[in-house]
Amino acid sequence: MALDSKIPKGPLADKWTNHKNNINLVNPANKRLIDVIVVGTGLAGGSAAATLAELGYNVKAFCFQDSPRRAHSIAAQGGINAAKNYQGDGDSTYRLFYDTVKGGDYRSREANVYRLAEVSANIIDQCVAQGVPFAREYGGLLDNRSFGGVLVSRTFYAAGQTGQQLLLGAYSALNRQIGRGKVKMYNRHEMLDVVVVDGKARGIITRNLVTGEIERHSAHAVVLGTGGYGNVFFLSTNAMGSNVTAAWKAHKRGAYFANPCYTQIHPTCIPVSGDHQSKLTLMSESLRNDGRIWVPKHKKDVEAIRAGQLKPTQIAEEDRDYYLERRYPAFGNLVPRDVASRAAKERCDAGYGVNATGEAVYLDFAAAFMRYGKEVAHVRGLDENDDALVKKLGQEVVKTKYGNLFQMYEKIVDQNPYETPMMIYPAVHYTMGGIWVDYNLQTTVPGLYCIGEANFSDHGANRLGASALMQGLADGYFVLPYTIGDYLADDIRTGPISTDSPEFDEAEKSVRKNIEHLINNNGTHSVDHFHKRLGKIMWNKCGMARNAEDLKSAINEIAELRAEFWKDVRVPGTNDEFNEELAKALRVADFLELGELFAKDALLREESAGGHFREEYQTAEGEAMRIKEFQYVAAWEYKGEPKDAVLHKEDLVYENIEVKERSYK
Amino acid sequence: MNLTLKIWRQKNANDKGKMVDYPVTDVSPDMSFLEMLDVLNESLVQKNEEPVAFDHDCREGICGMCSLYINGEAHGPDRGITTCQLHMRMFKDGDTITIEPFRATAFPVIKDLVVDRSAFDRIQHAGGFISVNTSGNTIDANAIPINKHDADESFEAAMCIGCGACVASCKNSSAMLFVGAKVSQFALLPQGQVEATDRVLNMVKQMDEEGFGNCTNTGACEVECPKGISLENIARMNREYLKASLKG
Repeated sequence: MALDSKIPKGPLADKWTNHKNNINLVNPANKRLIDVIVVGTGLAGGSAAATLAELGYNVKAFCFQDSPRRAHSIAAQGGINAAKNYQGDGDSTYRLFYDTVKGGDYRSREANVYRLAEVSANIIDQCVAQGVPFAREYGGLLDNRSFGGVLVSRTFYAAGQTGQQLLLGAYSALNRQIGRGKVKMYNRHEMLDVVVVDGKARGIITRNLVTGEIERHSAHAVVLGTGGYGNVFFLSTNAMGSNVTAAWKAHKRGAYFANPCYTQIHPTCIPVSGDHQSKLTLMSESLRNDGRIWVPKHKKDVEAIRAGQLKPTQIAEEDRDYYLERRYPAFGNLVPRDVASRAAKERCDAGYGVNATGEAVYLDFAAAFMRYGKEVAHVRGLDENDDALVKKLGQEVVKTKYGNLFQMYEKIVDQNPYETPMMIYPAVHYTMGGIWVDYNLQTTVPGLYCIGEANFSDHGANRLGASALMQGLADGYFVLPYTIGDYLADDIRTGPISTDSPEFDEAEKSVRKNIEHLINNNGTHSVDHFHKRLGKIMWNKCGMARNAEDLKSAINEIAELRAEFWKDVRVPGTNDEFNEELAKALRVADFLELGELFAKDALLREESAGGHFREEYQTAEGEAMRIKEFQYVAAWEYKGEPKDAVLHKEDLVYENIEVKERSYK
Repeated sequence: MNLTLKIWRQKNANDKGKMVDYPVTDVSPDMSFLEMLDVLNESLVQKNEEPVAFDHDCREGICGMCSLYINGEAHGPDRGITTCQLHMRMFKDGDTITIEPFRATAFPVIKDLVVDRSAFDRIQHAGGFISVNTSGNTIDANAIPINKHDADESFEAAMCIGCGACVASCKNSSAMLFVGAKVSQFALLPQGQVEATDRVLNMVKQMDEEGFGNCTNTGACEVECPKGISLENIARMNREYLKASLKG
């Protein structure tokens, strides 16, 4: 099937408005006759379910957690972008659009990104109306901070818990509809297949995680807001339960999977401490507003630090290498994430890492304490030259901005970041790749939609900080509820979809078959054993730097590991009970397929773009080298084994933005 | 270090349940508490025994899913954290650690250490929202300036992660801190005023129907709350409730 992105005609700035004016609507009385399934209750799924119900559709919403409020959007820290230009610093819809396309290394779709920027301002209005307590200035107006890859302050925030506050906002909208009976909520349910009837998505198969019951649910359309697949690396900043299963099952039922190799490796995470590690913790990018990143200039200092003979605070200013400020004077510590991560890796690979494993750099707030402290001292008429006082005052300011992050750091590392710089290292954080969708957010399966991180559309090869929250809510509140009507307008006479059909039979049978195999396998190794091995392959061969040789061997190793998994995994217990090992096994089985497609996609893409860095394609200064002929979306069609996946290309056309070298110098 | 774990094992909601002892060895002080349980579970799977079921997800103290009652305290001995943020450096070699689920009539056990907290969701369905349509056709976000002090206080109430530690810590299994936090978040904002009366009446009614106990001002909830939600929120809810009751 040829890809049709369905981008509306006309000038960029008018596309969304014109499109909304021209698509089919479903009248309110008919909406009552239409059912929609929404899987996932994060910012995208939660906001979509609430909005669809409010419009009048009958919604069934599903999440694997014990409450919709626990979806992993809750963990987003730093903020949400919106082109409000409240700071009067030159922001605009166009500039947010431009920053996002450039930040994504010219690998995202112009029309989608422009729409995202266009609706961004409304998100803030909406959330404030819902009672989301954003940070405010003393005058009572909303405060902003800056994020990487931009030269304006457009990020709205609620301390280091912006994701939590926005998700609780969406959750409250969802609760209102659950209370009205318009949303039927299914907690602790995992989606295990999509059911396609006559070429249209008409339902899903779920497993009740408490009872093990396999259930059939039908609807006129299915929406996936099931998040990203960073956990294919085992260690990531994702929640333990975050998984690719819903998206992967959709892929196996005909939805193309786009750019699986585009992964965001976030520069500021707490370094790995040992083999027992189960996940990695992010330290928000917002910290780079005030923190300066450095390593010692001299190897002898590095060695002394590792040996415990020297403290970072004892190293003189002139003996520190603020390498981001050195290499990228224009953006300094606020370069985009891919650039900052590679720069950290470069210093650590060169032997300047500051912890025992050699995989850590410093994020230092000493200068910020003094800067803020002086300001406070000045305002209060205190002695600005009293360094101890100024430092203390400054620490109080920093505490109000990032207190929870400093506390998280201290609990994990057992060091006080107010007194010594944080140690940080890049970790897997977000996946820009995902299910291919057209302008309407519809996948290649009619009636199957995909929103939020689970789709591929807006961030190209690298996502800018504070843009994931923006996209999740834009898709869920303002885009999907419009575009899905265009499709559902043909369904007003269809009537309820029966679950008693050969297609539902077949889907349920295939789910049961996998479960029975896993339960009866009686192998020798746990699910985590395989997951960790998969993670190692991914990190070592498909991580921050990739090359053809490693990728080829990764493809083989993953295929072998998958075969071994199905032969040798041990899942204790039965299906008919709360069985976490079984739930994990079903998820890891899909990661083992996705991982191979990921490596295949990375091998095909013979260029460096954003988070995808191929060692063979770099400039003399070690920067990413984009190649014109790869200016396309790689959308993969499932054909059995991942190695047999067929490539479809969507060429990316830039009519409103000049494609040029992405420089932050 | 080497430890003895006494863990509540309960096959399902109908099972009676009992404490079972498990020795664990070579525990690193840098492990989180849940990573220590991961290691135990890995060894149980190897021995073909059933791993211990416990709720967890984000493992960074924000999702509110983890819920263990450790040595008689919700989320264990440290303060201002959830179980997933508790690290083994808080314990000593040779310690015996008792691990139970959050216990309350309104939180029935599903399995082992996993409890059903959907009562919290139902309280939110009853009124934990502002009835504004999600169309985006609202007024500009800066049209209503909000006093920074009120906005910050509202945020502090909104930081509640809905874990249920307050209920588990309360001798009456009261949910007043949880409900008070939500009522306060909206009561402190101009946007929340329109529905203030109905909200507090409906949420309190649902709270009572779920079988949570009353507040007798012991304050254990505030001590154990991983997010430091203040008792003032309960006082504010009581004022809101009184005001609403007088209005009828």
